[in-house]
Amino acid sequence: MEYVNPLTGFRLDGRRPNEMRQIRGEIGVVAKADGSALFEMGNTKVIAAVYGPREVQNKGQQINNRALVRCEYSMANFSTGDRRRRPKGDRRSTEISLVIRQTMEACILTHLLPHSQIDIFVQVLQADGGTRSACINAATLALADAGIPMRDIVTSCSAGYLCSTPLLDLNYIEDSAGGPDVTVGMLAKMDKVTLLQMDAKLPMDIFENVMQLAIEGCKAVAHYIREVLLEHTKQLECHRGA
Amino acid sequence: MRDLQLPLNQTQRVRLQAALQQLQDLASQASASSLVTVADTIPVNNEDGILKGHGTSELDGQVVATLCGVVERVNKLVYVRSLRARYKPEVGDIIVGRVIEIAPKRWRLEINFSQDAVLMLSSMNLPDGIQRRRTAVDELNMRSIFEENDVVCAEVRGFQHDGSLHLQARSQKYGKLERGQLLTVPAYLVKRRKQHFHRLEQYCVDLILGCNGFIWVGEHLETGENDMLEDREKRPEISKTNMIHEEQERTFTPLEVRRHICRIANAVRLLSALGFILTVESIIDTVEASASSNIEIKDMLGPEFYVQTVEREVQRRILLSRKKG
Repeated sequence: MEYVNPLTGFRLDGRRPNEMRQIRGEIGVVAKADGSALFEMGNTKVIAAVYGPREVQNKGQQINNRALVRCEYSMANFSTGDRRRRPKGDRRSTEISLVIRQTMEACILTHLLPHSQIDIFVQVLQADGGTRSACINAATLALADAGIPMRDIVTSCSAGYLCSTPLLDLNYIEDSAGGPDVTVGMLAKMDKVTLLQMDAKLPMDIFENVMQLAIEGCKAVAHYIREVLLEHTKQLECHRGA
Repeated sequence: MRDLQLPLNQTQRVRLQAALQQLQDLASQASASSLVTVADTIPVNNEDGILKGHGTSELDGQVVATLCGVVERVNKLVYVRSLRARYKPEVGDIIVGRVIEIAPKRWRLEINFSQDAVLMLSSMNLPDGIQRRRTAVDELNMRSIFEENDVVCAEVRGFQHDGSLHLQARSQKYGKLERGQLLTVPAYLVKRRKQHFHRLEQYCVDLILGCNGFIWVGEHLETGENDMLEDREKRPEISKTNMIHEEQERTFTPLEVRRHICRIANAVRLLSALGFILTVESIIDTVEASASSNIEIKDMLGPEFYVQTVEREVQRRILLSRKKG
């Protein structure tokens, strides 16, 4: 199958190889949560809710000098084409939960919140490839909304390599083509990579190109997230008044 | 905007947008430049030597925000005042909390902080009002003072060495709150003021604006802790039917007062949904406006009054800025 048209150079959904899908973020979608956000990358739609910092529920897990971060990733039954019941805690979701937890923990200043716990719940409402990245972006927005101190904004974006072209932000069809899929998470301002996943083999020089593309994607997402946050903060402050 | 999803019609939507735009214009004159988001650089004059406060950290010699909020500068101190975060206690704050656990010699209270607060039996005034050592009997009778899920008003006493937060309730004005509603709003909407207890005479209602964003609206009760004691002493003598009767009388609130409570509570809900700051004046203003324009209690959270409230706030702020300028 041709994932990139050899004549025009366009992808199946009409994007250029280095073009991202449309992204959209919205803050404050869950009323009772301390922080919440909705994040869309094209047809991928993810909702994130953050609770805490709050008292540790299981006293045995309490850490004395920093906060405990927990994360739960789940996919809604209706998120994919075939509706199916998904058992909680299957291998895939456990792995993604762990990945998101580690990525977010790297940016939260946990030492400022001792004896407490932060819960991050992310749910995929609509899956169209790149759910991992969308979840991380949504979690960042939700954490910032909850007023949890963070080192930097973490953003994530994926890139792949199909038809000997590096492609940015794979959708479901491209994702299931079986080619390499590089997911990068990075601290936008510090230029540090906090997450790098790839489940295939790629020659070194090509990998560097693909990763560079993903990093560019992350930066674009970071730029957008910052705009959303600033707009939200502005709104809150001007409503509150002096 | 979080809690209310309103079916606005076209005119209402236009009015709301216009009013919100005006609010933004008014605010942007004041402080648009000092807003920061996570990882924004805060411009500082390094020569003067600065103190980095809450919500800031250092990266490559620059001061960087770790929160979204407003940059505040006090002399050399630079800090970020965060909006929409959990409550940060300060000694002396008056807070409202809910008892979630009774542990030996202490109650644990949920107060919207990152940990539960502790109210020690020894930092409570006992119902008989006598200062004395707390005995084992007192400890066993703790449930007669506060039970689980009771709503309690107290004052922040301070942090212990282990980082836990301690409260105290050493006055008649603190203690259990009954016959009313507890509302939770974001903590940044309640400003610290001299007075957090308010008695609204005309409505027979007590209003407590807890610094932690828990707001109590309840029937006004004469603070007589001695009554409580007498009740308890009398109780064994009276027969069971009598007791039920008395219990009813004790918890009876007239309909009129209940209406007032609901009206005030809805005003608080509306203002917090709009993200306006909560003061007694603003709450009473909203209540009076709703009463004078004959809006029923249930309609206070409806679209029409929502838009009206925003417009009224705009007018108020325009007046304020005129007075200043």
